[in-house]
Amino acid sequence: MTEPIVRYQNIQKSFGDVEVLKGIDLDIKPAEKVAVIGPSGSGKTTIIRLLMTLEEPTSGDIIVDGKNLWKMEKNGKMVQANEKHLSSVRSDIGMVFQHFNLFPHMTILENCMTALVNVKKIDKQEAKQRSAEMLEKVGLGEKLEMYPSQLSGGQKQRVAMARALVMRPKVMLFDEVTSALDPELVGEVLEVIRDIAKEGEMAMVLVTHEMDFALDIADKVLFLDNGVIAEQGTPQEVIANPENERLQNFLQRFNN
Amino acid sequence: MKKWSWDTFFDAFPMVVQGLGITAGLTVACFLFALIFGFFWTFMQRIPIKSVSWLIRWIMEFIRSTPPLVQLFFIYYAFPSVPVIGMTLSPFTCAILGLGIHFSTYIGEVYRSGIDGIDEGQWEAAKALNFSTRKKWSTIILPQAIPPTIPMLGNYLIIMFKEIPLASTIGVVGILQLAKNYGAQHFNYLEPLTIVALLFLVLSYPSAILIGKLEKKMNRRFDKKEPSGSKPIPEGKGA
Amino acid sequence: MIISNIIEIFPVLAKGINVTITVLIASAIFGYLMAFIAGLCRLSNNIILRGVTTFYVEIFRGTSLIVQLFWLFYALPILFGINLGNEFWAGSLAIGLNYGAYMSEVVRSSILSVAKGQSEAATALNMSRFQRMRLVIFPQAVRMMLPEFGNYLIQMLKATSLVSLISMHDILYHGDLLRYSNIAMGGSVYFYVLVFFFILALPLIFLTRKMEKFSKKGVAN
Repeated sequence: MTEPIVRYQNIQKSFGDVEVLKGIDLDIKPAEKVAVIGPSGSGKTTIIRLLMTLEEPTSGDIIVDGKNLWKMEKNGKMVQANEKHLSSVRSDIGMVFQHFNLFPHMTILENCMTALVNVKKIDKQEAKQRSAEMLEKVGLGEKLEMYPSQLSGGQKQRVAMARALVMRPKVMLFDEVTSALDPELVGEVLEVIRDIAKEGEMAMVLVTHEMDFALDIADKVLFLDNGVIAEQGTPQEVIANPENERLQNFLQRFNN
Repeated sequence: MKKWSWDTFFDAFPMVVQGLGITAGLTVACFLFALIFGFFWTFMQRIPIKSVSWLIRWIMEFIRSTPPLVQLFFIYYAFPSVPVIGMTLSPFTCAILGLGIHFSTYIGEVYRSGIDGIDEGQWEAAKALNFSTRKKWSTIILPQAIPPTIPMLGNYLIIMFKEIPLASTIGVVGILQLAKNYGAQHFNYLEPLTIVALLFLVLSYPSAILIGKLEKKMNRRFDKKEPSGSKPIPEGKGA
Repeated sequence: MIISNIIEIFPVLAKGINVTITVLIASAIFGYLMAFIAGLCRLSNNIILRGVTTFYVEIFRGTSLIVQLFWLFYALPILFGINLGNEFWAGSLAIGLNYGAYMSEVVRSSILSVAKGQSEAATALNMSRFQRMRLVIFPQAVRMMLPEFGNYLIQMLKATSLVSLISMHDILYHGDLLRYSNIAMGGSVYFYVLVFFFILALPLIFLTRKMEKFSKKGVAN
């Protein structure tokens, strides 16, 4: 059996008095596509934000490719990770956000290039070429010199995906990437995700409300409810034949 | 080199504090003048003749972007040569005019932002109810436009307070002038000037906090972040 | 009458233009420097650093510029035996420190108002804390600061007139001299001083308007 690329071990997370995650155990295998569904406030976004180091877990460990993300060894003891450690571990992870979060002061080409040049220290010409190719792939090869404000929501989200993909992460996180889009723009974004998923090599975690889409591309679906994984399994098991009553109720709202 | 002396401090304190009445009185007088004169600019700007409103805008710009200190001197020395008046105004009156006019251009902008912040529907409602122009302004527009600007006006009161010592240059004997007098008499400026600074701090700092609180309260009441329209001056200053 | 006045008065006032502009430039450099230093310090996690800068900002915002100027010029040398050398340094330092305190708030609030998602996106691209600041937050925050900085530059130009009170030979000082020699001319002399300052302010006014337009582009809120 293959080693998981990401492993959550008894992860808990509280914001003040509110316990958002109450002990999450989860393995993500390389190239596995995981869809996370659940009612709002169930903690599904928090799960991936912990992995992206945007939030720190209250307790528990996250292991990425054999390395502990939030802790590091120092003089034989495990201590809280510093910036350098975080940076070395999270280089395998990329993320696409609900509200795109493109850099408005950069052209879309620069949006894609900046991390390659400044973080990965790749030669500028090569970074430019790779970014242009990636933007071409998401259908925006014509708009390299445009600024984010000149694009539609769907186009922005495709740029955001190119920006994350060009870093070649081993795990890619999608945080409700279509929920800020006008309905008619959702399709083009899902199409790109589908293409990426087909290529295979990269593990993907999608927090989503698009049930049909999750059913279509996911290897595994998690139903998160009230801070715990209430049900998990293949899409057929979880979405097509739900056993959990709350999950049945949850899914019903989407079938209308 | 000499060290700080509390004896000098307590010796100078009663003398400097005597000027507080003048300084505070001048602040209030200037502020009232600016509040009233501010309306003048606001209404002049609304005159629907392009060349007039253009001219008014540039006059305001002129007053706002030139030093209030020079404006004080101008008023103080120009009045004797004005044919009808032909006499020197008292320094106090000059200071009211000079600083009052200077800050009225800012206050006018504050009013304007308040008026611009009024929903289009209110104007239409006034029209639909067939209000006269006077009634429209007095019962619908102004009662809504002014209250949200009160915190901003309060800020200008504090800003003005800090500009008041400029008036010492034309001979208004407020706290700064008294401190300088004391300094000149005793060849010692350290303690009296520090007293002036402390007085300003003690009076303006709590007021600023109070106005900050008022602002929060107002924002909640009027359910908006700030009166729309551009901020006329960055937390602004006059000098 | 007016024409002859201009011919008579303008060349005299022009003698002060050097001083006015030098003081403005020095004040602006001090001011912007202090704005960034204090603005960033107030955002730091270090309590002492934050405390010290807050103290500086509140002192300078809570008192009058003219009082600060006199204090630096008359009182500081007595208290610490520090002589700022000459009136030039006292003047530029007072104006710079005063407006630096005001502008530090602009720096602080601009940095804070860059949307949180921007920093998160930069983290997701594995940028270091310094890179997030340099490549993402700062360029956007500066765009927001520019129009305010422009406004304050005009305020600083106005404030330079105060240095005539510590006997620097700026535009206003030369105006004062003219008025001493002919008191009846006082009104027109000071009017031309105002015009002179306005002419100097005009490019700054247009610059500020331009920056307002520029800053509306390219910022995520």
